[in-house]
Amino acid sequence: MDKVYILLMAFISIVIVNNLVFTKFLGICPYLGVSGRLDMAFGMGMAVTFVITLAGTLTWLIDNMILMPHGLEVTRYVCYILVIAGAVQLVEMYLRKFFPPLYESFGIFLPLITTNCAILGLCLFINLWGIDSFAEAAVLSFGAGVGFTLAICIMAGIREQLSFSDVPECLCGAPITLITAGILTLAFMGFAGMIK
Amino acid sequence: MANNTMTALDAVKGGLWTEVPVLRLILGMCPTLAVTAAVKPALTMGLSVLFVLVCSNIVVSLMRNLLKPHLRILMFTLTIATFVTIADLFLRAFTPQMSEVLGPYVPLIIVNCIIIARAEACASKNGIFVSAVDGIFMGIGFTIVLCILASIREVLAVGTICDIPVMWESFVPWAAMRMPVGAFITLGLMLGFVNFLTAKKS
Repeated sequence: MDKVYILLMAFISIVIVNNLVFTKFLGICPYLGVSGRLDMAFGMGMAVTFVITLAGTLTWLIDNMILMPHGLEVTRYVCYILVIAGAVQLVEMYLRKFFPPLYESFGIFLPLITTNCAILGLCLFINLWGIDSFAEAAVLSFGAGVGFTLAICIMAGIREQLSFSDVPECLCGAPITLITAGILTLAFMGFAGMIK
Repeated sequence: MANNTMTALDAVKGGLWTEVPVLRLILGMCPTLAVTAAVKPALTMGLSVLFVLVCSNIVVSLMRNLLKPHLRILMFTLTIATFVTIADLFLRAFTPQMSEVLGPYVPLIIVNCIIIARAEACASKNGIFVSAVDGIFMGIGFTIVLCILASIREVLAVGTICDIPVMWESFVPWAAMRMPVGAFITLGLMLGFVNFLTAKKS
């Protein structure tokens, strides 16, 4: 029971309290770039969730099974980025085969998932927090993806409304998105301290 | 970036004004927001990016004729990851405190879009000299933006710049500026201001 409780807490913590986008500034580029329309934002969230789950668990395994026993921590970053690039390639091929319209609509953003800091960031944070159980690493990776999807969908919903409002000309585009993001962050700060 | 043969002078101008990474291209947002709560970490971050940018630009420029189109992004990332490892180990050895403050944001330089974007747009098409100059000035432009943002936030959050108090006695610090909120809103307003200036000019 205790184990389930810990996993559940870890999940809630990474989705809401320690949301990567709002508290760690990770994944800001797609967060600003793809959040124009809700359906695309959701698709992007799903793709990132898949890659992040794969990458998070794989890098944990590589770290604990290969790098640490052999004292190869120096090559950690190179290994991480290779795993992520591979996972992205996989998703890209899968989407192109089975969901061509979605693949078309992503365009350049799909390969850019490789350089999505949320993914590499999460792998690094799992390492930094010293997560020592495989289940917890897997739950954290999946939760991070869900948290990212949540953030980008909220943002897309707001931006769809925002396109009807009268924004000062020089604030159009990225500036107003950043300011909105700031206010959203403020809202999510209410959850801080809920869980350690 | 339409013309393939850019000169060193173009690179200087681009890095310092027309293509300032953060403000004009909206690239490299994550470190920009994350490390700018105070000036010192921002400066360290800027210099690390400068180092990685110059080195990766030079290496990419050296191997530009060997690159296969579908593998080039991977080659860029691997080159960058190598130099970031060097920078990270250097920081950990010589400024352990700063390395702790920056935490995972140093390795995150690997996925900083600025570096890949410069490798793609400049270094893979130009000679070593131009690439190196481009790296240096892009890095300087990035560092300057980081420092401006960090000074605004540090002054408002704790009333100091580089730990030297600059505000008057009764100044009440804005705690919010230290937090993510301050980062997002300050950068948003800064971008708006730059847009305002450019719109006025043209």
